[in-house]
Order: sequence, then C-alpha cells, then structure tokens
Amino acid sequence: MKSAQVPDGGLLSRSRTVAPAGWSRWLVPPAALSIHLSIGQAYAWSVFKPAVEKALDLSGTASALPFQLAIVMLGLSAAFGGTLVERKGPRWAMAVSLLCFSSGFLLSALGAATEQFWLIVLGYGFVGGIGLGIGYISPVSTLIKWFPDRPGLATGIAIMGFGGGALIASPWSSQMLESFGDDSSGIAGAFLVHGLVYAVFMALGVLLVRVPADGWRPPNWTPPTEQRAMVTTAQVSAKNALRTPQFWCLWIVLCMNVTAGIGILEKAAPMIRDFFSGTSTPVSVSAAAGFVALLSLTNMGGRLAWSAASDTIGRKNIYRLYLGAGALLYLLIATVGDSSKPIFILSALVILSFYGGGFSTAPAYLKDLFGTYQVGAIHGRLLTAWSTAGVLGPLIVNWVADTQEAAGRSGPGLYSLSLYIMMGLLVVGFVANECIRPVHSRYHEPAPSDAGAEAPAETETPTETKETEADDGSQQRLS
Amino acid sequence: MAPSSASPEPTAPRRTWLAVLVWLWVGAPFAYGVYELALKVAQLFND
Repeated sequence: MKSAQVPDGGLLSRSRTVAPAGWSRWLVPPAALSIHLSIGQAYAWSVFKPAVEKALDLSGTASALPFQLAIVMLGLSAAFGGTLVERKGPRWAMAVSLLCFSSGFLLSALGAATEQFWLIVLGYGFVGGIGLGIGYISPVSTLIKWFPDRPGLATGIAIMGFGGGALIASPWSSQMLESFGDDSSGIAGAFLVHGLVYAVFMALGVLLVRVPADGWRPPNWTPPTEQRAMVTTAQVSAKNALRTPQFWCLWIVLCMNVTAGIGILEKAAPMIRDFFSGTSTPVSVSAAAGFVALLSLTNMGGRLAWSAASDTIGRKNIYRLYLGAGALLYLLIATVGDSSKPIFILSALVILSFYGGGFSTAPAYLKDLFGTYQVGAIHGRLLTAWSTAGVLGPLIVNWVADTQEAAGRSGPGLYSLSLYIMMGLLVVGFVANECIRPVHSRYHEPAPSDAGAEAPAETETPTETKETEADDGSQQRLS
Repeated sequence: MAPSSASPEPTAPRRTWLAVLVWLWVGAPFAYGVYELALKVAQLFND
C-alpha cells in the first residue's frame, strides 16, 4: 500500500495537524461546520437570481448557470480531488476550499461591478464550485477517525451543516441586497462582503482542524470484540473501491434516494397548492412557503438524527428504512390524495428527513464497507450519484407535471404518476441496498506483514475481516 | 483505526474556553438561520 503521508513540513501538511495530547475531539466538528455552513450557501443562489437577471438583463436559464456549474464542479472536484485530499490532509483541503470559495465570490464581485456575466460564471460556478467539492469531503475522513465509536453522528453533524448553510445565507444575502441595492454595484458589494466574511468564517476550520495521533482511541472505548459482518476492519483503496459491486450498489442507493427526495423538494410549493386546490381548505402562497421551510428543517434534522441513529441500528437497516418506508409514504400520498392534509404534510416531512439522512449516513456506510484508509476519496466519487440525481429528479418531476397538465389533469392527478415513479425508484434503491455484502478480501489492501508495504494514511493497520468469502452473503449478519 | 493498544488519556489543558468559543462561532449563525426559518414555518399554521 502506498503511504499517504506527506513528508514536507508545510503549515498545511498533515504532519503539522496531528493533535497534541489531550486535544478534545469535540473541537473537530466545529472545524467541519465552519466549512460546511459556508459552502452550503450554494443552495441560496436563488436569492441572487432575480437581481442578477435584472441588473445584467439575463434570462432565468442564464442566471441559473453559475449555480449549475458550481454543482457540476462540486461533483467533479470531489470525485477527482478526493485522493489528493486524503494525501494532503484536512487542513490543506479546507484551505483550498476557503481560497476557491472566497475568491469565487471576489471574482463574481468584479464581474458584477464590470457587468461581465462570464466572470460571475467563472468565479461562482467554476472556481467556487471547486471550493464546494473539496470543502464537502475535507472533514469526512478526519471526523470518522476521531469518532470510531459514533461515525454516523460525526458525519451527520458536518453534513447537517451543509443544509444549514442555505438557511443562514438565504436571509443574510436578502438583507444585504436590500442594503446595497439590487443594481450591478449593489450585487458587486454583496458578493464582495460574502467573499470576505466567508473567508474569515472558514479560517476557523483551517486553524482548528486536527487529525488524531497514531494509535489514538476515544477514552474508555475499545473496538468491539465481536466482529459485525457489515463492518470491516480491512482497508480498501479508492481505486479498488470503484471495482467492487458494493460501491456501485451504494451509488444506486444514494442516487435513487436523492432523486426521490428532490421529487418533492423541487415542486413542494406548487405541489401542496395544486393538491388541495379543489378542497374546502386550499393552501395559500404564504402557507406553501411555510411548508417548504418546514421541509428544509426536517431535511436538516434528518441529516443529524438518522445518521446518529445508524450507529445503533446499523447502516444497512437504516437505508432499508429510508427506502422501504419512503416508498410506502409515497404510496400513501398517492392513494390518500387530497382527502387528508395532515397525512400529506407528515408524509412529505418524513420523506425529506430520509432524503437528508441518506446523504449524511453515506460516509459511515462507506467506512463500514471499505475502512477508513481512503474513505474521503471514496465518498468524493460517490457524490457523482448526487450530481446525477440533481439532474434526474427535477427532470422527471417537471416533465411528468407538464405532460399531466397538458392532458388536462388537475389537483393530485397532476402528481400521481410522479409519486409512483418516485416510489419505483425507491424500490430499486431498496433492492440495491439488499445486494450490498461485505467486500471480498481480494480488494483489501495487504497488511504490512503480507507485502512489506508502508502503513496506510492514518496509521491503521489493515486487517482482514472474518468474512473473507462473504461476497455470496453466506456469512453475512446484518448490522 | 486499529491500533494495538489504547493510548492513555493524557492530563492536558482542558481548553474549555476554546470549545465554548468555537461552538459559539458556528452555533450563533446557525441559530440565526434556524430562527429565520422558524418564522417562515409559522406561515404554514397562520393561514
């Protein structure tokens, strides 16, 4: 196994971020949150859209370009930069994320001031998007190593932060545009302040993040002596992980879960209004906005709660819940129709909590299957499922709604087909989850004694699982 | 990680002030975001 240690002594290098004795692991989640709460701003781009359209005379499609490019770059940089992030360490990754995300805003400020839209696309979309991808995966591996006893909780905190980022940015950016004005110079001012404030806010993460020292363990914690079949003690490289069926099964699971969640998220406001338009209690525009906000809250809460619960319930079981119960809830909405508003609202809320939970539980699932060696890099590659779902989900829902409207349907009838499609997607994801078995030993990194290789990145010694022939599931016990 | 032995818990400075500071650093803007969201959620029940 190739070593992931960086020999240089630069301030950002992994070797300079090893925690001193007594460093509290509870200082690491705030470091991760300072990054994720910042880059989560991406989902609040819509606040700038109307102002940018007006100031630069753009269409709605054009003004969405910076966001779309940013999301594409998030997926690409997470997928292709993951191995580098593992090698260079979290401080380097957070610093790169800070530089890219902040300078993306500064370039956009220049673009708005000079009314050059391409500079906004380049800045916010391309440069800032790299900051999103590198920042998203930067703390994952480190958190899992600090919390070997609660990996789901640890990654849940960070990934909840990504959801929280939009909650902060949305009202903050709106207020800033009100203060500076929504002409090009006002937008430039708002971008400039965003770039500077986010740079300072993210700097906390860069300064604070630490990796655990060799052999560190949480106090009063010993690794479980009874091996769980779905939790490996072996290590799999990112390159090898792509060759395993487990990675692609999980890719399908995540893609289906996200697509189904976006199915509601994308059309939440018009959906609840259309659903109950023919009833005695129609939903107003402001109540629909409240419904969307409530969905955001459960999406965020689900990221923490479900991921933390997966530490106890087991990763495979929690995805059974997300996908199985999610499919049943879609069925419930489709069959109950407009006869019960509470059932519609509660079902949608739970589905969105599953959507959030699917995101935040994925890193811990990867750790269970592939070990901690390059879990951040593997997570980066898995995020291409998110990018795919980001295109697939809105495409399906909008296309179905348009065709149903053209066919003269109204009320719940506009969305019935979409709901059944989403249910079908969740069933596909459920089947893919059932196919996940422990990774075959031929993909494991050799133990140092086997190959005389150097120790892996974070000092763990790869060891074989007890289920070396478990690809056929014969020895599998659900965790 | 799979170390061969657990490291003893060191007697190091507790850094409580640092923990309070950094959790406030991320907690305060997060609370602001949740508060603003709660105001919007209220619209669902007011109409």
